[in-house]
Amino acid sequence: MTSIITRRRLTFGAAAASTLPLVGRGAQAQAPLGVGFIYVGPIGDHGWSWTHDQGRLAVEKEFGGKVKTSFLENVAEGPDAARAIRQLAQAGNQLIFTTSFGFMNPTIQVAKQFPKAKFEHATGYQRAENVATYNARFYEGRAVIGTIAGHMSKSGQAGYIASFPIPEVVMGINAFHLAAKKVNPNFKTKVIWASTWYDPAKEADAAKALIDQGADMITQHTDSAAALQAAEQRGVFAFGQASDMRAFAPKAHLSAIVDDWSGYYIKRVKEVMDGSWKSGDVWGGIKDGFVKIAPYNDAVTPAARAAADEVQKGIVAGTLHPFTGELKDQKGEVRIKAGEKASDEILSKMDWYVDGVQA
Amino acid sequence: MLEWRRRREPSTLMLWLSPLIAIALTMLLGMIVFTAMGYDGCHAVESIFLTPFLEPQRWADIGVKAAPLVMIALGLAIGFRANVWNIGAEGQYIMGAIAGTGVALLTYEMTGWWILPAMVLAGILGGMAWAAIPAFLRVKLQVSEILTSLMLTYVAVQFLYYLVRGPWKDPDGFNFPQTRMFTADQTLPIMLEGSLVHLGIPAALLLAVVAWLTMEKTIAGYAVKVVGLAPAAARHGGFSAGRTTWATLLLSGALAGLAGLFEAAGPFGQLTPQFPVGYGFTAIIVAFLGRLHPLGIVFGGIVLAGTYVGGEIAQSTVRLPQAATGLFQALLLFMLLATDVLVRWRIAFKWRAA
Amino acid sequence: MTTAILVSILMTLVAASTPILLAALGELVAEKAGVLNLGVEGMMLCGAVAGFAVAFSSGSTTLGLLAALLAGVAAAMVFAVLALSLNANQVATGLALTIFGIGASSLIGAGFVGRTIPRLGPIFPAGLSEHPWLRAIFGHDILVYLSLALIIGVGYFLRRTRSGLILRAVGENDASAHAIGYPVIAIRYAAVAFGGALAGLGGAYFSLALTPMWAERLTAGRGWIALALVVFSAWKPGRLLVGAYLFGAVMTLELQAKAAGVNWLAPEVLAMTPYLATIAVLTMMSIGRRTGRLDAPACLGKPFSAT
Repeated sequence: MTSIITRRRLTFGAAAASTLPLVGRGAQAQAPLGVGFIYVGPIGDHGWSWTHDQGRLAVEKEFGGKVKTSFLENVAEGPDAARAIRQLAQAGNQLIFTTSFGFMNPTIQVAKQFPKAKFEHATGYQRAENVATYNARFYEGRAVIGTIAGHMSKSGQAGYIASFPIPEVVMGINAFHLAAKKVNPNFKTKVIWASTWYDPAKEADAAKALIDQGADMITQHTDSAAALQAAEQRGVFAFGQASDMRAFAPKAHLSAIVDDWSGYYIKRVKEVMDGSWKSGDVWGGIKDGFVKIAPYNDAVTPAARAAADEVQKGIVAGTLHPFTGELKDQKGEVRIKAGEKASDEILSKMDWYVDGVQA
Repeated sequence: MLEWRRRREPSTLMLWLSPLIAIALTMLLGMIVFTAMGYDGCHAVESIFLTPFLEPQRWADIGVKAAPLVMIALGLAIGFRANVWNIGAEGQYIMGAIAGTGVALLTYEMTGWWILPAMVLAGILGGMAWAAIPAFLRVKLQVSEILTSLMLTYVAVQFLYYLVRGPWKDPDGFNFPQTRMFTADQTLPIMLEGSLVHLGIPAALLLAVVAWLTMEKTIAGYAVKVVGLAPAAARHGGFSAGRTTWATLLLSGALAGLAGLFEAAGPFGQLTPQFPVGYGFTAIIVAFLGRLHPLGIVFGGIVLAGTYVGGEIAQSTVRLPQAATGLFQALLLFMLLATDVLVRWRIAFKWRAA
Repeated sequence: MTTAILVSILMTLVAASTPILLAALGELVAEKAGVLNLGVEGMMLCGAVAGFAVAFSSGSTTLGLLAALLAGVAAAMVFAVLALSLNANQVATGLALTIFGIGASSLIGAGFVGRTIPRLGPIFPAGLSEHPWLRAIFGHDILVYLSLALIIGVGYFLRRTRSGLILRAVGENDASAHAIGYPVIAIRYAAVAFGGALAGLGGAYFSLALTPMWAERLTAGRGWIALALVVFSAWKPGRLLVGAYLFGAVMTLELQAKAAGVNWLAPEVLAMTPYLATIAVLTMMSIGRRTGRLDAPACLGKPFSAT
C-alpha cells in the first residue's frame, strides 16, 4: 500500500461539473478502448505501483488491439493528481484506474467533469455513479504466512517492518500475529515503524536490528526487497511483499503475498466494452484471485505446508476468518467477542494491536 | 574559425535572447536523444513544450503549478542579486504552511471573514521566522546562509511529519497522517470553477510587478543591487550589507511562507506528509531561468510548470517515461546555465589568412 | 550472545556509514577547492545504477565499482563544464545535476529492476571475516577499508603535501592562486572529478553491497546527508569520519531500540538532530573564533574567471 495518505475534501469545485469542455472522444465502434492508469510511484519500484502495472500489461495481453492503455507514474498525491487524472480523461481514456488512497478526492472531482468516463479507485471509500472502488484483502495472505512463520520459527519471534500505523498496516500486523499465535501461543511479533514506504537501506537495517533482537522470521509492509536480502545474508527466513521476491533471497524467501490485479482489471475492461460496467465496491481476497500465495520454498516443512494450505482452503471456503474472537488488545480489553468475526467496518478502522504484538 | 571574446558589458539582447536559444537547443537535443532511445522524439518534444501552451484547457493547470514557483523565486532572486544565497526556501515554504495551518486548527470551530487573512499573516510570519535564523547567524556570526538554510529545510520537513503524525493528526481520520480538512472560511476562494485556480495565481503576478517596480525604481532596490555587485562601494555609499542580508532573507522567507500557505489553504486544503514537493528548490531554478528578473521569473515559472504538464501529456501519448521528463528538465536547465555565457561573451568569426 | 549482538550492531553501523562517508569525503575535497556541488545525490544515483548495470551484465563487481566511479566522474564533469568553464551558478547547476541523476539513473536502470547480484563480500579469508568477534575488524568489504584509507590519505594530502596546499589555496583565495601561476580551473576540475568518483562509489555501495539490486532512487536522499556532514565536519577529514559514524550509529541504534521495544523518542525528532547538530556546530565554531571567520573555504561557491 504505497502512500494511502491524503484524504481531500470532496466538495472541491463540486458545482463545476460540466464547465470544462469534454475533449474525450466518445466511444466509437472500432476505435480501441482507452484504459488509463495513475501510479503513485515509479513502475520501476518493483513494489505497489509495479504490481498495478503488471495488471495493465495483462489487460493489453488479453485484449490486444481492442484496447489502448496509457499510464502516468510518479504522480504526487495532492493537486498534481487531479491534473494527471484529468489529463488521462481528456486524452480519451474511458476507463481510468487510480491506484493509491491519496487519489480519492481528485478522482471523485475529475469524475464529475467526465460523466461518460468510468473511474476505478483503489483502496478508497468514496464512490459515485461513474466511480467504483476496489481493494484486496491482503490480511488473508498475512494469515497464511503467519501460519508458516508460527511453524518455522525456532525463537518464536518474528520481526515486522511496517510503514505507518494506518488501518491497512495495523490489520496486516494483527492478522499475521494471530495466525502465528494459533500455532505457537507464546509467539511474539516485534514491529519496527520505518516511517517510510520506500528506503531500501533503512528497510535492510531494520531487518538486521530485528534479527539481532532474536527474530528469525522477517516480514514487511514496505515496498522494497531489501529486508529479504538482509534475511538471506543473516541466514534467517523471510516473506516477500507484493510480488514473488524469490530471486532476491533464494534461501530465505519462504513464500510471498502476491498482489494480482490482472483478473479484476480484465473483468472491468470487458464490462466497459459490453456496456455492463457498474459502480460498486469490491474487496477481493484469496478466493477472488486478488491475493495469491507464492510457491513455498523447499525449506518449508510438511507440517507448515499442510497448515498453510489448510488456512488458505478455510479462507476460500469461508469457514475460516483470520479475525475470529475472542480477540483482546494489548491492554487486555476484549475487542471482538468470542465466536464473532470482525466486520469489514471494524477492519477498515482498525487502530489497536492484538495481545502479543510489540508495536 | 570561431573564437570566444569577452564582452565589455553584458549584452542586454543576449540577456533576453539566451533563454530562447536554450529552449530551442533543448528541444533539438531532446528530439535527438528521445529518438535515439526509441521514442517518437518529435512528438515527445511537441507534447512537452508546445501542447501545454497551445491548448487553453491546460492553462489553469500551468497556472496552479507556476504560482508557488514564481512567488518563491521572486523573493529568492532579490536575495541572489544581493549575494544572499537562501537555498532553504523549501523549509520556509513548509513553515509558512505550518503556521497558517496552526491558525486554521485553532479556529476550526469558528467562522468569520477574518480567519483566512489571519492564516495568511501567520503564513508570512512563519516563513519569515524560519528565514530569520540563517539571517541572524549570517549577520551576527558569519555563518554561511547557504548551509544553514539548507539544514533548516530538513528540520522543517521532519517537524511537518511530526505534527501530521502526532499532535495535529485528524482525530476522525482513522490514524492517517494528515490534518483535518480546512473549512470554507479557511480556504482560498476558487477563481475559476471546476479547476484548482485560486487567489495565489493573480497574487503571484501582482507580486512580480511590485517586485519589478521595487527593484527598478526604489532606493531599496538599488541598494540590493549595489550590495550584491560591489560590497565595498556599498559600504562607502552608506548601504549596510547586514541590513540588506536581513531584509532580503526576511523577504524571501515571507514570500516562501505565503506561497506555502496559499498551497495549503488552496489546492491541498489540509497538511499531509506529501505537502512538500520541492517547490522551494525548483524555484531556485526558476529564478535563474528568469535571469533573476521579476518579469523573467514569471516567464521561467510558466515554462517550467509547462514542462510538468507537458511531461504528463508525453507520458500518455508517446509513452515517454516520467524519468525522461526529468531528464528533459535537467537538460533545459543545463542549456539555460550554459547559454548564460553568451551574455558575457560573444562568438567572433576569424578568417584564416589563406 | 551479547558479544554477537554488539558485533552485529557494529557491522550494521559501519555499513550504514560507509556510503555517506565516501560521498562526503569527495564533496569535502571539492569544497576545499572552492566548489560547492549540490549534485551529490545525482552523482550517487549515477554511480549506483552504472555499478549495478555493469556488475550484473559482466558478472564482476570489480568492473561494477570501476563503472560506478567513472559514472560519478562523468556526472561531475557535466557540472564542471557548466560551473567552472562557463561560470554558471554552482547552486543552480548542482540542483540541476541532481534532477539529471534521478532521471538518467531511472532510465538506465529500467531494465534491471527486479534483478539481483551476489553481494560485495568481505576481502579477508573466512577464518577472519566470519570469526565471531574478529569479524568486527576483518569482516568488511573493500569499500569500507578504502573509505578509511582515503580519510587518512585525504587528510595527509590536504595538510602535508604541496599539492594539497595548492588545492586549499585555490579554495581560499583563487585570485592570488591564479596570480602566483596555479591553474585554478584545472585544479577545481580535478577536485570536482574526485568528488564525483567518490560519490559514484558511495552510490554503488547501495546497489552492490548494502542492498544488491537496482530500484529507482535507491539512495533515498543520502546525498543530502553527505552534504550536511561536510559542513558538520568543518571541512576536516578526521571529523568527517566521526560525523559519518555518529550518523550511522544514530540510525542503527534507533532501529535497534525500536526492535527492543523502546519507543520513547519520536522518530522525527531523531531524524532532525543531525541537521540541528550541524547548525549548532557551525554556530559554535563561529563563536569560538574572535575573528568570526569560519573554516569554510573562503571562495566556496564563487565563480572564478581569469580575466
